[in-house]
Amino acid sequence: MSPVETSIPAGYTKVFGRPNSLSDAPTTYCPGCHHGVATRLVAEVIDELGIQERTVGIAPVGCAVFLYRFYRCDFVQAAHGRACAVATGLKRANPELIVFSYQGDGDLAAIGTAETVHAANRGENITVVFINNQIYGMTGGEMAPTTLAGQHTTTTPRGRDVATTGYPLKISEMLAQLDGPTYITRQSLHDAPHVAKARKALLTGFQNQVEGKGFSLVELVASCPTNFKMSPQKANKWLVEQALPAFPLGDLKVRD
Amino acid sequence: MSRTLMRGNEAIAEAGIRAGCRCYFCYPITPQGELVEYMARELPLREGVFLQAESEVSAINMVYGAAAAGVRTMTSSSSPGISLKMEGISYMAGARLPAVIVNIMRGGPGLGNIAPAQGDYFQATKGGGHGDYRLIVLAPSTVPEAAELIMLAFDLSDRYRVPAMILADGMLGQMMEPVELPAPVDPQSIPARPWALTGAKGRDPNVVLSFDLDPQGLKEMNRELQQTYREIQGTEVRWECVDTEDAEIVLVAYGTMGRIGKTVVRLAREEGIRAGLVRPISLWPFPYEPIRKISAQVPTVLTLELSAGQMWEDVRLAVEQRAQTPFFGELGGVVPTPRQILSEVKRYVSS
Repeated sequence: MSPVETSIPAGYTKVFGRPNSLSDAPTTYCPGCHHGVATRLVAEVIDELGIQERTVGIAPVGCAVFLYRFYRCDFVQAAHGRACAVATGLKRANPELIVFSYQGDGDLAAIGTAETVHAANRGENITVVFINNQIYGMTGGEMAPTTLAGQHTTTTPRGRDVATTGYPLKISEMLAQLDGPTYITRQSLHDAPHVAKARKALLTGFQNQVEGKGFSLVELVASCPTNFKMSPQKANKWLVEQALPAFPLGDLKVRD
Repeated sequence: MSRTLMRGNEAIAEAGIRAGCRCYFCYPITPQGELVEYMARELPLREGVFLQAESEVSAINMVYGAAAAGVRTMTSSSSPGISLKMEGISYMAGARLPAVIVNIMRGGPGLGNIAPAQGDYFQATKGGGHGDYRLIVLAPSTVPEAAELIMLAFDLSDRYRVPAMILADGMLGQMMEPVELPAPVDPQSIPARPWALTGAKGRDPNVVLSFDLDPQGLKEMNRELQQTYREIQGTEVRWECVDTEDAEIVLVAYGTMGRIGKTVVRLAREEGIRAGLVRPISLWPFPYEPIRKISAQVPTVLTLELSAGQMWEDVRLAVEQRAQTPFFGELGGVVPTPRQILSEVKRYVSS
């Protein structure tokens, strides 16, 4: 695809712009949602690695279902939870492609647990972007596998009772125990320094695939102000104080 | 051309490779295990991808991915496994992805057993998954025909961008017969897939979707699908007639039952009963018109199935009470003998 040309008036210098891999379609995310940040970071990484023309993205079911509109690369929409199996089919059929899935916590860690675990265990040479915002977004704020103990959602109106609904699922820790994956990391999107780290992690996750190193998963802890019924600022504070203790940041597995 | 003695499952696998299948994804299940094993052995040696998935659900979604990447791809299973694939099949129908799905049917419902049965006719021809969609469904009755129909299934699926199913049963999968294998397809003859996800180089991005949140948009997507289905109904109906011209009773049966039906016709004729047979080869599109025409000339159209009477509904839709439409079926994986069916035939002929 040709780069998007932007005319810069005389006397001005361009210091910031839209990544070439992003389209000019406005996103459909709510104000304060971290999906917008994650979506942009992935586009920046695709630009930086120069892989736009061989990248195929996999859109999930949920808030990011319209990802194919936001990017300027080939895209397929997968059934809920099946992205890692679809990615496997794409990559095996055409190993020249750079294949990434972008999945939420319900998609990846509930209905798609088996697909995720086994793609990781096979060491599929794909990149998985995992948005952990501890709640189902598009369906209306129901409990996710990552919902925190005591957290109120529309299906845990009295708070998540771990005695009957289990504990926040630490899927990245689970995957890090396997021999198959190459890179499993958890980062956060709540402030600029962490966004910079998240970008670096995504770059590693895609670079691994370019170099044929195998399965990379970048978990991004995010917030959902709309369903948390909080202002973006308060949701960010909640992320730091409540979510990060349950989901500690850092690399969980790095294999060269 | 030389003939090779092959098991049905192996002939299907070999024909699939010759049809240009580049990626095969599966989950093991009887009675089609030989198909999986043949692919595991042969496909990697012939520039193909074999992958055993963690589930039927994953296998069909790998097919979805490989089809989106633009290669010929297939999967195979047996009844309970096909039920699990239904989600992915509906998505493929919606996303217009071509692929071939083989169902070596066994007894059901539930875990059932691994004996030959035809209880998945409704699932294959009427939906099975959610939404307004159809599969092209082809039903072989011999091992050579199974090999032939695999080639056809890939061609039709590519031509119409509609997934195709081979509906066979445990008898066909397990039985050995001499097969004249079809010549390998020239890859150059496979239609181009300008819609495939090959990387947006020198073109705008391609997207493969099965959804449109705008009702008018989804209506249009569905309208195009239905238009394709009508076209298929107009041009791709396939059936075989045996001795129907002078028949006083016509049997309608497909697959293994169709094969037994041929023997029944021969035995009946030896006893002076003018029996004939219509054997649907495409179960969808169903040969309504040929059966309709024949039903105007005979008093009895007897449907034979290894089920409680599923295709029977389509036969009755075709006959529309022009003739009587009795049914003979067996259940649970029990296969009737031609003599048993012949005595049933005799109940309906006055001579």
